[in-house]
Amino acid sequence: MSDVKKIATRESYGNALAELGKEHEDIVVLDADLAAATKTGVFKKAFPDRHIDCGIAESNMMGVAAGIATTGKVPFASSFAMFAAGRAFEQVRNSIGYPKLNVKIGATHAGISVGEDGATHQCNEDIALMRTIPGMVVINPSDDVEAKAAVNAAYEHVGPVYLRFGRLAVPVINDNPDYKFELGKAITLREGTDVAIIASGLTVSESLEAAEKLQADGISAEVINMHTIKPLDEDAVVKAAEKTGKIVTVEEHSVIGGLGSAVCDVVAQKAPAKVMKIGINDVFGESGPAVQLIKKYGLDSESIYEKVKEFLK
Amino acid sequence: MDKLELMKTANEVRKSIVTAVHSAKSGHPGGSLSAADIYTYLFFEEMNIDPAEPKKADRDRFVLSKGHTAPGYYSVLAHRGFFPVEDLTSLRKVGSYLQGHPDMKHIPGVDMSSGSLGQGISAAVGMAISAKLSNDDYRVYTLLGDGEIQEGQVWEASMLAAHRKLDNLVVIVDNNNLQIDGPVDEVNSPYPIDKKFEAFNFHVININGNDFDEIAAAFKEARETKGQPTAIIAKTIKGKDVSFMENQAAWHGNAPNDEQYGVAMADLEKVGEALCQM
Repeated sequence: MSDVKKIATRESYGNALAELGKEHEDIVVLDADLAAATKTGVFKKAFPDRHIDCGIAESNMMGVAAGIATTGKVPFASSFAMFAAGRAFEQVRNSIGYPKLNVKIGATHAGISVGEDGATHQCNEDIALMRTIPGMVVINPSDDVEAKAAVNAAYEHVGPVYLRFGRLAVPVINDNPDYKFELGKAITLREGTDVAIIASGLTVSESLEAAEKLQADGISAEVINMHTIKPLDEDAVVKAAEKTGKIVTVEEHSVIGGLGSAVCDVVAQKAPAKVMKIGINDVFGESGPAVQLIKKYGLDSESIYEKVKEFLK
Repeated sequence: MDKLELMKTANEVRKSIVTAVHSAKSGHPGGSLSAADIYTYLFFEEMNIDPAEPKKADRDRFVLSKGHTAPGYYSVLAHRGFFPVEDLTSLRKVGSYLQGHPDMKHIPGVDMSSGSLGQGISAAVGMAISAKLSNDDYRVYTLLGDGEIQEGQVWEASMLAAHRKLDNLVVIVDNNNLQIDGPVDEVNSPYPIDKKFEAFNFHVININGNDFDEIAAAFKEARETKGQPTAIIAKTIKGKDVSFMENQAAWHGNAPNDEQYGVAMADLEKVGEALCQM
């Protein structure tokens, strides 16, 4: 895959904001001393007056964003997922979620693909936290194209949105004329009949590769890109369950409370089917190059391929 | 409004606070009563607001960072005409719009939902930043408890407010000296409060927060202060004007029973009658 273009979705976030900022004067971007890493530096350069660096104080940043939103502007509060969803959880819940304010949270460096910084900075719990907040939209885009589309959709949506981005450069898989991002609408990337793989974020491209390998073994795997975790496309889940009877969820997140749990909630209630959850198995991460960690924690295409084969036995 | 009228209004606000909390059988009378004069001055004199148009764009904003003293906030909003005074007895009841802590989605005149301590001031800073970004003239006021400033977020917000030279922001600390577990300086002393805000580059004014002359002078001074936010440290009496509640930590978050309610209202009637003799 060395010829495939790779871009980290955090880059997409910064670039999308800089583009969106040209059209919409009501966009204000906030950071907590990480503008260089969240890639909002591009926006800051273009619109210095509309970039507020709050310093290393994420809890306050979320409250400031809430206050700005009450006056009709659209703040994008940016930090690492660990601090945006983790440290500032209660501020997001009480100052943004409860009053249903129009704040967009741009959370970069999600999951173990943070890499060398290690477990303290590898947030595998953010989706679980954010999706418990009533009214919160949670999006985990799979590549550059989708990340940019998600930022635009988040701006258009009135209400709080949690956008989850990664640090690692990932293959661009949605660069085709038919691609269309709709909030809460899953995208079937590959039709299949034996098993449905539902993935989000960087595991989508890994799942597509896994499906290729399965095909070679005569296994027909459907691949569904569930970019929006909340509201979840329940119809797509039900359809997949009824069609294949076997579902595999893949996410760069704890198997507790994330995409896998959300899918199980639907399957258990509406279309009973066997589900295997692939994700971080209730453990903390560790330091190391992101690509090696993805392999070690079983989120690469080879691991997915093997687990699916085992699951179908 | 002259000083006497303000005092009479504050007396009515206090009666409504006690009545609302008594009706709810729970709530926070102590810090509502201590701040009643500040509430009254803000909503009857200081702020550019219109009960007929609670969301008008150029209104001054108020964030009750010490959100548990909602009975004081609601009482002053009701007396100012934002909603019927009679509704105050629905406080904290199922189906009522008067939630235990301020809810901007349902209460006319409430600019920000609050109640989790330390968070309101951040929202106020956001509002003040927003005004600066778009060159709007409105001012932003936020009321904090002296126990509340134990929350680290208060200082995160204060650092940013001074850094951005938010002279459209006024932080008021209701220094009634008591929090749930006892005197603030016995629990975890925030003193010296004025020196702390000074160190954070605020313009600081110390006042008696139960004296309208001092309250008026402080807000005037805040308006004239340019290039930095103002912190008004208002020394107050917790439970003010209700004999058995004054300076009692136990009345931070308790409702009077029927008998106590009678005594409290008699106390407040007496204060009101004395004002009528003036």
